[in-house]
Amino acid sequence: MGNLSPAPLPLPFRERREKVAVIKEKKLTPAKRKALIKRSIPIYIMMLPGLIYLVINNYMPMPGIILAFKKYTAKLGIYRSPWNGLKNFTYLFSTPDAFVITRNTILYNVAFIIINLIFAVAVAIILSELTGKLKKAYQSIILLPHLLSAVIISYLVFAFLSADNGFINNSILGPLKKDPIGWYDNAKYWPFILVFVNLWKGIGYNCIIYLSTILGFDRSYYEAARIDGASKWKQITKITLPLLRPTIIMLSLMAVGRIFYSDFGLFYQVPRNSGALFPVTNTIDTYVYRALIEQGDITKSAAAGVYQSLVGFILILSANLLVRKLDPDSALF
Amino acid sequence: MKRKRVGEEGRFQIFGNIIMILFSLAAVIPLVLLLISSFTDDSALVRNGYSFFPEKWSAYAYQYIFTSGNSLTRAYIMSFVLTAVGVVVGLAITTLLAYGLSKKFLPARGVITFLVVFTMLFNGDLVPTYMNYANVFKVKDTFFGLLLPGLLMNAFNVMMMKSYFVSGVPDEILEAAYIDGANEYQTFLKIAFPLAKPIVATIALFIGIGYWNDWMNGYVYLSKATHLYTIQNLLNRMMQNIQFLQQNSSTISGANTGLASIPAVSVRMAMAVCGILPIVVIYPFIQNNFVKGITLGGVKG
Repeated sequence: MGNLSPAPLPLPFRERREKVAVIKEKKLTPAKRKALIKRSIPIYIMMLPGLIYLVINNYMPMPGIILAFKKYTAKLGIYRSPWNGLKNFTYLFSTPDAFVITRNTILYNVAFIIINLIFAVAVAIILSELTGKLKKAYQSIILLPHLLSAVIISYLVFAFLSADNGFINNSILGPLKKDPIGWYDNAKYWPFILVFVNLWKGIGYNCIIYLSTILGFDRSYYEAARIDGASKWKQITKITLPLLRPTIIMLSLMAVGRIFYSDFGLFYQVPRNSGALFPVTNTIDTYVYRALIEQGDITKSAAAGVYQSLVGFILILSANLLVRKLDPDSALF
Repeated sequence: MKRKRVGEEGRFQIFGNIIMILFSLAAVIPLVLLLISSFTDDSALVRNGYSFFPEKWSAYAYQYIFTSGNSLTRAYIMSFVLTAVGVVVGLAITTLLAYGLSKKFLPARGVITFLVVFTMLFNGDLVPTYMNYANVFKVKDTFFGLLLPGLLMNAFNVMMMKSYFVSGVPDEILEAAYIDGANEYQTFLKIAFPLAKPIVATIALFIGIGYWNDWMNGYVYLSKATHLYTIQNLLNRMMQNIQFLQQNSSTISGANTGLASIPAVSVRMAMAVCGILPIVVIYPFIQNNFVKGITLGGVKG
């Protein structure tokens, strides 16, 4: 679309044309600057609602992070409560919780990154090589779980795992004469369940970028390989995967940058907030939430939140720096 | 030689189709189980558990939902209203901000872009956000508690749309319109906005699905105002009540009276089906836009 020729002018609107020309100059005379500002005002007005929302939703809460360094009492509010130094943090890190939530958040993310990558690339390669009409249908169907809310997914998981009525206990373990399993009381199953649910939910979404990248590859490589008698497997390992490597590295780095954040819905809703499972389902996000809403311990929640924001900020920044070094176009900023 | 290659290609096609059929089944089977459970007779459900081949079929759950004038209808309407309002307002402010950011001549464009992008990197976190909305803006137990926090606009959508305006809507056309005498508002409404329709549809979709699926705002900001519950909040609340009773059933003597307020299993499943239904119904029409949107912004997501 970029090569459209400039539209011919029906009438010489000289004044306006000059204004356009002015904008393209670097150094402005006061009169020209005035014209520029005059033209910009309507644009600023258009941007205003969005900017106001950013202020309300994102910037006004930001100073609130000082709460983590305060001895908070509701009567005095955030700003007038006395300072408490780093005591909230020393308290947080003296509990075993700090270690558990950090470990869970990072380990789950590492597992998600690796497993999602393997499956997403495999599915993308298969879809890119399929020739039939069903290709499109497969892609749509496996994307569907991505559009379901965490609440709905917890209902689906519950239908399979419920101790009394669950499909697995009743229709699989029952006929096999095995004892029913109290899924929601046994922590040992949950790392696998959560990794599986995450994969199930995300696979259609995760493969899209890889698929569109593969479809953008120059087909002549494959034709040449075929003429030389390369097998399908050889084509995949020697052409597709090497060409896909930059995309894989980029997306993985981005995911590593977000390793301190977790999908709150997945870790809170799917295990149904079951206390017996906390050792393996509590992540920083669920911890912050529970401390605030269920325990009403505002400073503890705020301290954990600041811990997440700061480490997360550093990680995203460094991941992005790395990405920018490798491929400036993929960088977030 | 040639024959061998055709054979290999054929084998790959069969193998690939089998794998993809398995993945597709895995994606759909839980939904099928949910649907069948909602049409299962409740006593059969309690006796045999969730099953793909119910002992006894029944449409009781749907009859119950649609005749008893219960909270579901209200929550359903709430979900639709919230999604509609959210999409219209969110789309408007996102598009306008993105359009402004795409104007190369705009003074302070760099600063504003930075302010937008910075929100992707750092945020005030749950506690300060909660206190801001609850104490400063008093959104607790109001419709705004569902509408405002987090979902209306995000930097990611803004940047995605901005790059579409930069690359997909030629500057020459906009400048030509300006030279022809259109003011900035007219240029936006009559030229830029129609040209950006594909991305507008995609962003509308992202915002809409965000609102339809959101349960967190209602969970955090609605404590007394249960009449404002969306379908997701209602489903969430039922699940919590069940969990609570199961964990405390030995200690609460009057558990049965509590249980009476929780609808039967099949009814709960029917409600969940209602929660998914709008998405499944519009999905065939939107999935193309959805895939395109993810591809457009994907690497940056």
